[in-house]
Amino acid sequence: MTGMNDMYNAADFDIELRLLIEAIYLKYSYDFRNYSPASMKRRVAHALQQFDCETVSQLQHRVMHDVDCFPALLQYLTIPVSEMFRDPAYFKALREQVLPILHTYPTIKVWIAGCSTGEEVYSMAIMLKEEGLLERAIIYATDINPHSLQKAEAGIYPIESMALFERNYEMAGGTRALSDYCTSAYGSVLFDKQLRRNVTFADHSLATDSVFSEVQLISCRNVLIYFNRELQNRAFGLFHQSLVHRGFLGLGSKETVQFSDFASQFESFAKTERVFRKT
Amino acid sequence: MYLQPRDTRHVPQTILIGGSAGSVEALGQILPALPADFAAAVVIVVHLPANSPSLLVDIFAQRMALPVAEVHDKVQLVPGHVYFAPPDYHVLVEPEGELTLNDDPPLHFCRPAIDLLFESGADALGKKAVGVLLTGANHDGAAGMAALAAAGAMTIVQDPADAQVPLMPSSALKKTPVNRVLPASAIGPALAALVHG
Repeated sequence: MTGMNDMYNAADFDIELRLLIEAIYLKYSYDFRNYSPASMKRRVAHALQQFDCETVSQLQHRVMHDVDCFPALLQYLTIPVSEMFRDPAYFKALREQVLPILHTYPTIKVWIAGCSTGEEVYSMAIMLKEEGLLERAIIYATDINPHSLQKAEAGIYPIESMALFERNYEMAGGTRALSDYCTSAYGSVLFDKQLRRNVTFADHSLATDSVFSEVQLISCRNVLIYFNRELQNRAFGLFHQSLVHRGFLGLGSKETVQFSDFASQFESFAKTERVFRKT
Repeated sequence: MYLQPRDTRHVPQTILIGGSAGSVEALGQILPALPADFAAAVVIVVHLPANSPSLLVDIFAQRMALPVAEVHDKVQLVPGHVYFAPPDYHVLVEPEGELTLNDDPPLHFCRPAIDLLFESGADALGKKAVGVLLTGANHDGAAGMAALAAAGAMTIVQDPADAQVPLMPSSALKKTPVNRVLPASAIGPALAALVHG
């Protein structure tokens, strides 16, 4: 694996990784114990290089005794990967098929689980606004990474991303120009703060926290692939509990409830776009 | 020395194949040569554009004796099954013999990246892995081949002289010694012999 010298035995790495994950859990209450080992290993191997550590045990020592180390390590363990209207077909399906149904509720509650740096939050808010629903919507945007949440709340993105965001927005059925919702300055774009007036950003872990609200739509995209089956099932359990009767669950373009313990409690609503509905 | 190698008794022998430019043609020679009773799993990463659905499963399902599918997250490797990486996701091998999807940033501008499949495969499968690197205009796969070789896996690289674009196999050969350098037409029969033998 990259970043490890040839003598770093795979079995030793496994042992030290388990100890590191346990140490993080005991000291900082972040629970990575049921994350997918292959993805965790790669991220920790990458972190070893960045922190100039020879072994995972050295990194563990740093995590335990250097207070600045863990927040920095968390950035490597929860790599934020996001873009606005990623997989435009997904947002188009929400706009055309799900929002018309949500229209019938007096208040619309949406949970974006694993919101990372917020690109999806603004995408959702813009769509709700264009469908005339934002005023009576509440969006809960949650993540385990406080640094990502801060960025999400700020709503500032590099101007270089805008071409892609614009293209996605158009393909997702946007009715205006994305630039209508932001101002640009100093190489960045700042999204209109009106968009987040009804957004609550909160620290929430699918691994350790419980349900906090009843919602009609949950969007949790490309988060569950980093979990093992057991933790995926825990997350699906939370989603099932949190959704209203006949509520909607949107997943990443290669994710499904089909192979989980909750397969029979959801039906496919928009099959290729990965929107499921509570039965 | 008390170093314990990873216990790989529970994982099937698995062929890991990576290719880029020109590799669909190369796979067209390799995959149909695998017999219906082929007793290893096959996982394939081909560099693809991110935003269009992959046609690889459709193309090869008709031309192969073995079942072909796109990787879904946490699928258990089954001998005789062929798995293609979906566009825009990395595919990693888990120590328990499952495949996991991952959307970490692209490597060598590629997602899926061959290095991630090979490196995780080297770690999870060790000697039970067979790495095959095909034609391409990219350095992806070279580091992964080195990891596979270091883990004791069998390594096969398409002969650069036979490759439509020789850069990718040449990069790997520069980085690490491999077991076999073969034209695409000989790779299928070599895999068949290897798995039977």
